[in-house]
Amino acid sequence: MRADFNIHKIKVIKKLNESTCWIEFGDSPEAEPGQFVMVWLPGVGEKPYSIASIDPFCLLVVDVGPFSHALSKLSPDDRVWIKGPLGQGFSLKGRAPLLVGGGYGVAPLFALTKLAKKSDIPVHTCLGAAKNSGLLLVDEFLTLGCKVSLTTEDGSQGEKGWVTQVVEKALQGGVYDTVYACGPVGMLSALAGLCKKLGVDYQISWEAHMRCGMGLCGSCEVPRVYDPALPEGWLACFDGPVFQYCHSGH
Amino acid sequence: MQVKLGEISLRNPLILASGIMGTSPTLLKRVAQSGAGAVTAKSCGLHKRDGHPNPVMVEWDHGLLNAIGLTNPGVDEEVPLLKETKKALEEMGVLLFASIFAGTVEEFGMVAEAILRAKPDLIEVNISCPNVHDDYGMPFAAAPESAAEVTSTVKACVGAIPISVKLAPNVPNLGRIAEAVVGAGADVITAINTMPGMIIDADAHSAVLHNRIGGISGPALKPIALRCVGEIARAVDVPIIGTGGVVSGRDAIEMLLAGATGVGVGSAFWYRGQDAISLILDEMEVYLQENGIPDIQGLIGKGVGK
Repeated sequence: MRADFNIHKIKVIKKLNESTCWIEFGDSPEAEPGQFVMVWLPGVGEKPYSIASIDPFCLLVVDVGPFSHALSKLSPDDRVWIKGPLGQGFSLKGRAPLLVGGGYGVAPLFALTKLAKKSDIPVHTCLGAAKNSGLLLVDEFLTLGCKVSLTTEDGSQGEKGWVTQVVEKALQGGVYDTVYACGPVGMLSALAGLCKKLGVDYQISWEAHMRCGMGLCGSCEVPRVYDPALPEGWLACFDGPVFQYCHSGH
Repeated sequence: MQVKLGEISLRNPLILASGIMGTSPTLLKRVAQSGAGAVTAKSCGLHKRDGHPNPVMVEWDHGLLNAIGLTNPGVDEEVPLLKETKKALEEMGVLLFASIFAGTVEEFGMVAEAILRAKPDLIEVNISCPNVHDDYGMPFAAAPESAAEVTSTVKACVGAIPISVKLAPNVPNLGRIAEAVVGAGADVITAINTMPGMIIDADAHSAVLHNRIGGISGPALKPIALRCVGEIARAVDVPIIGTGGVVSGRDAIEMLLAGATGVGVGSAFWYRGQDAISLILDEMEVYLQENGIPDIQGLIGKGVGK
């Protein structure tokens, strides 16, 4: 792994909704689902992004600030500077995964789903958002043959409430062996607690304020209040972003 | 591998370099647990600083370049963090070094006085950060007079706590600067800070770091650091913390041979991972065993005829 920037040319950029776009590059890096890259636009800045698809290499970009806005305005053949893949990703274990994505936390789960499908592993994906416009990649998960359960807090699509309620019901059936999740911290903390209570292994991709992305500056420590199972001094960029918890201790 | 930096004793010579892992007690504790003799917290100033926008770090063929920009919570916020760290480290027999920076001589005195409340085992006086030129002008480390003025001001504030002045490599006469800070009361010298550098992307037609200029660290810095440590060792008699490009046990041994008593470890956390310190320590042990060297004391300065 070397942390220098390499140019990637945009092949396709398509709008998924008002504020979200999908960028496909013309190449495929050696990476695992759950790893991230640092994207640099000279003169604009640099931000971390989860890899949303490895082959072809794709990123999911939600327009939430000046950087993501500039990124989402790019066109095919435009160049983007990318450092990575960085960090530790998901490792697909067992035969019955339950994927849980909150908002734009779906990105790394999509890459994981593609990997599972390669091994003919059936995937159940639970997606949650505040409202229906926040539910991303729904058709894409369906196209890959996933079972998809939707939740919105305002009830504008799918079940009304939190995605964790749907997950709890699903886990009580005793079918799933591992939960893979990415999304807002509150959702992830609740899921970690739920999985521990029900004796289900989990792999959670944590989000933190990343600066160097290389495990040196100490900016992206994930505090144990989010999940007491995390080791002390756990760095999202280097030890994670994915944290794996196994009840067997392995 | 116990060593003495003046009056203080370290269980081994490896010291976490300032800036790596910031100021978080849990991160500093993690480094202590991995075997360090001492850990140095990120340099702290009078007021909070967010640091530079991204990109702040990049790797290239021979090292790393960074311009984090002295991100720190300000001394009042930092003192409780250091107190918490100190408590955890004491139980492990690991020393805590604080690090301070400031824009003026007077401010150095104020930060030094404030940081005393955390009772660090040593205070590193960072007069050589290469990344904040726009805010602070030329580093105090650039001339013997300014380096000595900061040193004597800090020394007058800190009572019995030893101070180590962190020097820059890019100065015309390092030996004279070392003599000046020792004359002004420095108990220890830390050498060196990163070397100013720049990486330009030929396709982007732009410097990569947002701050344009950053500090070179990692393997590219090692020969520069060895030269500087050697020069200081020949000029003065205080212990030196040799810092710059140490990523292996052999690198650490070379630093001792150049005249260092303590060895700073920083970029190695990228090259070797979070267990860098324990890996380097193991490699030092193997070197000592293979070469039949019972005590590292005999190595200090041997490579520069000291």
